[in-house]
Amino acid sequence: MKFDGARAMFVLFVVILIAAPLAAPQFWITLGNYIGLYSIVALGLVLLTGVAGQTSFGQAAFVGIGAYTTAYLTTRYAASPWLTLAIGLVFTAALALFLGFITLRMRGHYLPLATIAWGISLFYVFGNLEMLGGHTGMTGIPALAIASFELKDERRYFYLIWAIALAALWATRNLLDSRPGRAIRALKGGLEMAEAFGVNAARLKIIAFVYAALLACISGWLYAHLQRFVNPTPFGINQGIEYLFMAVIGGAGSVWGAVLGATLITLLKEVLQDYLPRLLGRTGNFELVVFGLLMVLLLQFAREGLWPWIERVLPKRRPRPIPGAAPLPSRGRTSESGALLAVRQARKQFGGLVAVNDLSFEIRHGEILGLIGPNGAGKSTTFALISGALPLTSGDILLRGEAIGSRPPYEIARRGLGRTFQHVRLIPTMTVADNVALGAYLRGTSGVMAAALHLDRAEEARTLAEAARATARVGLGAHMFDTAGSLPLGKQRLVEIARALAADPALLLLDEPAAGLRYLEKQELALLLRALKAEGMTILLVEHDMDFVMGLADRLVVMDFGEKLAEGLPADIQENPAVREAYLGGVV
Amino acid sequence: MDLTIAALLTQDGITNGAIYALLALALVLVFTVTRIIWVPAGEFVAWGTLTLAGLQLGKVPGTVGLLLGMAIVAGAMETWQSVRAAETHRLPRRLLVWSGVPIAIAASIWWLAPMQMPLAVQVALTLAAVTATGPLLYRIAYQPLAEASVLVLLIVSVALHFAMVGFGLWFFGAEGSRTPPFSSASFSVGGVNISVQSLLVVGTSVALIGALGLFFGQTLYGKALRATAVNRAGARLCGISPDFAGALTFALASLLCAFCGVLIGPITTIYYDSGFLVSLKGFVGAIIGGLSSYPIAAAGAWLVGLIESFSSFWASAFKEVIVFTLIIPVLLWRSLTTHHHEEDE
Repeated sequence: MKFDGARAMFVLFVVILIAAPLAAPQFWITLGNYIGLYSIVALGLVLLTGVAGQTSFGQAAFVGIGAYTTAYLTTRYAASPWLTLAIGLVFTAALALFLGFITLRMRGHYLPLATIAWGISLFYVFGNLEMLGGHTGMTGIPALAIASFELKDERRYFYLIWAIALAALWATRNLLDSRPGRAIRALKGGLEMAEAFGVNAARLKIIAFVYAALLACISGWLYAHLQRFVNPTPFGINQGIEYLFMAVIGGAGSVWGAVLGATLITLLKEVLQDYLPRLLGRTGNFELVVFGLLMVLLLQFAREGLWPWIERVLPKRRPRPIPGAAPLPSRGRTSESGALLAVRQARKQFGGLVAVNDLSFEIRHGEILGLIGPNGAGKSTTFALISGALPLTSGDILLRGEAIGSRPPYEIARRGLGRTFQHVRLIPTMTVADNVALGAYLRGTSGVMAAALHLDRAEEARTLAEAARATARVGLGAHMFDTAGSLPLGKQRLVEIARALAADPALLLLDEPAAGLRYLEKQELALLLRALKAEGMTILLVEHDMDFVMGLADRLVVMDFGEKLAEGLPADIQENPAVREAYLGGVV
Repeated sequence: MDLTIAALLTQDGITNGAIYALLALALVLVFTVTRIIWVPAGEFVAWGTLTLAGLQLGKVPGTVGLLLGMAIVAGAMETWQSVRAAETHRLPRRLLVWSGVPIAIAASIWWLAPMQMPLAVQVALTLAAVTATGPLLYRIAYQPLAEASVLVLLIVSVALHFAMVGFGLWFFGAEGSRTPPFSSASFSVGGVNISVQSLLVVGTSVALIGALGLFFGQTLYGKALRATAVNRAGARLCGISPDFAGALTFALASLLCAFCGVLIGPITTIYYDSGFLVSLKGFVGAIIGGLSSYPIAAAGAWLVGLIESFSSFWASAFKEVIVFTLIIPVLLWRSLTTHHHEEDE
């Protein structure tokens, strides 16, 4: 194996962690323990905020649930701490599911507001319930023991905390690099696109929220058995806010940002709490001012946090070549005759404006149908109706005889519809291969658990091989590991097509695929589409470029003012006087 | 509970609700125009009370120092931007607005504070000081990020909340303050005792809501803000500067918060960190209105006031729990009635 710089840095980090309790003074061990506990919580926020684009100020409350569950059950019922961990996790998951369900189906800002409110509520519940010891808290929590090996000593406990923190880092990284991970990464900024490839966005957001809550709960459980005493103070809303600051300062886009942020905030707080009161000659938590101002400056000048700066000087991971693997299960092309897709009296009204007026047409198996028309004819609205981006006002759309009108896009995708977007919708920071692999989302089955524990590798290998084939198919084999955002527009359009191909669709919807392409690129695209047709793919092509459509389509549907103007073979359409008038204003 | 207590609690609830309603309106205003979830609104309320309390003791309140500091930072930012954009001919006017006016307000407070002016003047000075802080905060902290996502703006808000609480502790100390009531008179209607102070609070609140309605309905600036709330890009194309709209919104909203602070002072003891809970109660009202409807937000805030007042009688230890848990059924109802899935901004 060749020397891998990134791996060497990681090994160095682990060696430091192993050596620290043997040599470091007590003070540093205590700090190290807290950094580990905070890192676990911040890691959850990396997934939730940095990756999924949601946020929570109430993580401290989940930490509190983990801590109080074990405190109460171990002191009152002498329950085993390992059992109380499981109970705490179940309790947290139920609560997070409920909160996620009521907030995450709406726009982003309701979740953070709800977490603030609920973080405060829970703080008062902890402080006012007699059975939880009120504001004075609970003492006498037993020490953890693995078999007969007691973890009473902070130095021993250090190993447990960091073993769990590293396991959480590993699991989170695995998750990000997997089928559900790619979908979660697409939630921020690519929601509509992700749904078009079968991702149920609301469900994934809830999963990310539950994942973050469970990590917080584990951290709370560890905290309770480290301190062997709990009171409400460390679970208040201010601590919840500090957890978020850790994730943001460290860099919410990377798992190591969580560790960096937890370290920086912990050390900074230590220093500030020491110096500021002396400087001002008064006691009080003046570090709030510094934290607050620091965050504002950071968001104004380095919104991605500090980790990207460190990453730049660290040795880079080389991309691993994608080995060949068996293809994913395929839909199989049926050589049926008749209509694959039937649009029946489809109508879309925006208030008084009729954008699509009782439109009917059919797409037959294995043909390329061109949908054309002047600007404002209703082509894009029709496209949106078929793909489910817009609900129908009336009428119906049948895919293989099954009504798909007004279903959400992720359900239509499941029924065999793959599409591209007129305005390219790629995740610019992900590689081309990852972007394309997102297209194969519905062809895989592995969930969050399997991904986090790396039990999905066989399927993942097949998915990536599938993505590599689709990428090579559109002629971008050389750009497999480039970030999608670094490609020119023409190539980005091809990535869009590769992603749709990876979905193995029965019907391929292409929204102006030739726009922005140069002459030679258009010719290559036409070749590709013909080859796909030869393999039995059915294609609906919405296009402005007449030469491109005329040479490619088997049949054409012409729209004008929301209605079907004509339908037929390209040669007939070119001779159709009504079409000529619509396009050329009747001058000829 | 007998009728007298119920009447008393209702009166308390309506009085507090009037204050929360003003806050809820300020929060809806700020969110619709700028997309900012204005968490530090509560600190403006607390600073209103604490500034007035300081003036009543004849002291120069700490707000003055902050006003000066912000005026200098904003002036420096304007200078830097004007020089970089080669617009130095516009600089004097910008400096006058962003530094001159706040410094003039700070100076007049510094000069008048020890003179023990009548209450009305003290209130006017308080309103001026707190109101001036709002646009400065927007200029310094939010305007450079105006195009960022709601999420980033929210994190900035929370960071500012942190900073302002810390500054509050520094300026006003850890002791709480309570300002004397504007009137201690009361009268009886059908056996129910009504205090003039309560009437004053509710009256002021209703008058302000009315004034706000007139401002949005009748004036050009009000219409400009409404246009910005409906369509930011469109308003911009019509010549409404988003920076100006933001600053104006923050001026209005912090004026409302300052009024809240003046009104709440005689009712509760306010500490440097009391603002957060107060603003969150305003938020519960605003969320009931979906962060978009003024009348529903105001009604929701009054509901919060009433629930708070009654739960403090039945379960005073869980008063806050009850008020903030109210948000759960509200969100549940909103989530079940919202069917479409909106793309996050």
